[in-house]
Amino acid sequence: MDKYMEMIRIRFLMMLAYRTNYYTGILIYAINIAAYYFLWSAIYGGKQTMQGMSMEQMTIYVAISWMARAFYFNNIDREIAMEIREGQVATELIRPYSYLGMKTMQGLGEGIFRLLFLSLPGLFLVALFLPLRFPTDVHTWMFFILSIAFSFIINSELNLLAGIVTFFTLNNEGLLRAKRFIIDLFSGLILPISFYPDWAQAVMKYFPFQGISYIPSMIVTESFRGQAIIDGLLFQFVWCVLLLIPIRLLWRAAKKQLVVQGG
Amino acid sequence: MNAIEVENLRKEFKSYSSRSGLIGAFRDLFTRNYKIIRAVNDISFTVKQGEMVGYIGENGAGKSTTIKMLTGILTPTSGKVIVNGMNPHKEREAFVRTIGVVFGQRSQLWWDIAVQESFRLLKKVYRVSDEDYKEHMDHVIETLDIGPLLDKPVRKLSLGQRMRCELAAALIHNPPLLFLDEPTIGLDVLVKLKIRQFLKEINEKYNTTILLTTHDISDIEALCERVIMLDEGKIIYDGSLQKLKENWGEGKQIQFTFANEMTLDILKELTDGLQVTWKKGEQANVWTAHAPSALLPEVISRVVARYSIQDMNINEISTEEIIRNIYEEGVVHG
Repeated sequence: MDKYMEMIRIRFLMMLAYRTNYYTGILIYAINIAAYYFLWSAIYGGKQTMQGMSMEQMTIYVAISWMARAFYFNNIDREIAMEIREGQVATELIRPYSYLGMKTMQGLGEGIFRLLFLSLPGLFLVALFLPLRFPTDVHTWMFFILSIAFSFIINSELNLLAGIVTFFTLNNEGLLRAKRFIIDLFSGLILPISFYPDWAQAVMKYFPFQGISYIPSMIVTESFRGQAIIDGLLFQFVWCVLLLIPIRLLWRAAKKQLVVQGG
Repeated sequence: MNAIEVENLRKEFKSYSSRSGLIGAFRDLFTRNYKIIRAVNDISFTVKQGEMVGYIGENGAGKSTTIKMLTGILTPTSGKVIVNGMNPHKEREAFVRTIGVVFGQRSQLWWDIAVQESFRLLKKVYRVSDEDYKEHMDHVIETLDIGPLLDKPVRKLSLGQRMRCELAAALIHNPPLLFLDEPTIGLDVLVKLKIRQFLKEINEKYNTTILLTTHDISDIEALCERVIMLDEGKIIYDGSLQKLKENWGEGKQIQFTFANEMTLDILKELTDGLQVTWKKGEQANVWTAHAPSALLPEVISRVVARYSIQDMNINEISTEEIIRNIYEEGVVHG
């Protein structure tokens, strides 16, 4: 366990090594939240509620979705792809740890860093200008924290899967880009799932994406109550476990397939 | 005890080839041509604990592929590999604790952070206790002279500084077996010397087994008594460096710089009846005679008697030349 904690620390140091990225990061999150706020206030255009959500709830939904994204989002898929493309994966495989486990920990380090140093300051900045009113119920926050922990796991698992595919294709820039877009769209970050047409909502029940952003955001805006919260968390948990299966299988196949590029 | 046991080890790769032209490119979308390439072809050898072995061969001979199989990175196509009493692939995590690896062309330190942070992480990863770390690494850091570099990020180090840090990083857990894949590539003479000295020292102190691949034959001469030579995936020589030199390096080379231009015919006629081969040098008046040591006086007296010369050098045949000759012919005689 020690080594994994150490890895999180190292990731913190790495994020701090590039300070300019850090400052622009705060700005980007603030701009994103503000842009979506103005977009939604134009869409609401004086209407009280849409799909059962008030404008006030929508504001919080937007702010929280982006804040949560800072935490669950990471680039480990790209890193795995790059390490494979450049043959760097060889030096990872001669270390006595699980490569995928270590990558996940790096993602966690990155996530905690962004949450504390990018999105909280960004949120604070936005709160100065926008009317944000957060729930005061402690239980809501506890469910939310549990829920974004699941978000992180699901998203990281998808990233690992996308990264491992590089072992077979050796270059999958297109796939990674598509995956990123699909997650932003179908996770409910850009548009809450309840705004999609019924057939699309029905289809999305069978995919893990809404477990990434929609469910935690609905919990914190208190749009989900009682049983809906439990169902949401259960949905996330089931996907966390289910996604382990393809990762295991692909990883085993990938190690056999491994060709270290570049001598 | 044997540190490395390899038997009939083989590795095959699929190598895809692209068809030419636009139509060919479309056909490649559906079916692709490939052929199977044997990078390592049924090799067998053993290395005893404490040996320092040079593993040499031309580019693409299969050296790196072998090392990658020995370190558990690649799965062999067939054959048996036992390293430190374990199967590298089956027991990867336990196995890699017993080896250290330096790839000259890749860094295993984290690029953006200070060297000591990488060391600290590796110390945790290998579960090295504080006392062991202090006792062992203080010495390593001092010998390699990297103390002042520890708080600098890796990206700010020069190649020589980085290589010394890489070596130290590979030794944090004091492994009984060390793989070095071209550790001195691109380094200046002083750093090379320092690294060689250091390797010798740890070999003596801890009886560390070292398997070294390199293109710099002077590394091998300085460190290894035994060499294994690889060509097109097969072992073409396995034995002492001394013996290789004796069998191949017989005779001497005499380089003459004549006052006037010379031709091969004249020289051949001159040394007619003697076992001498002539090679032209960089200029038309520079020629090198390769002759058995016993014929040296005869060759020189014949040449000097007939032609005026400006300069003359007598050289041993260098190991590098011997090895170049073997690469060119692809087999080892004798």
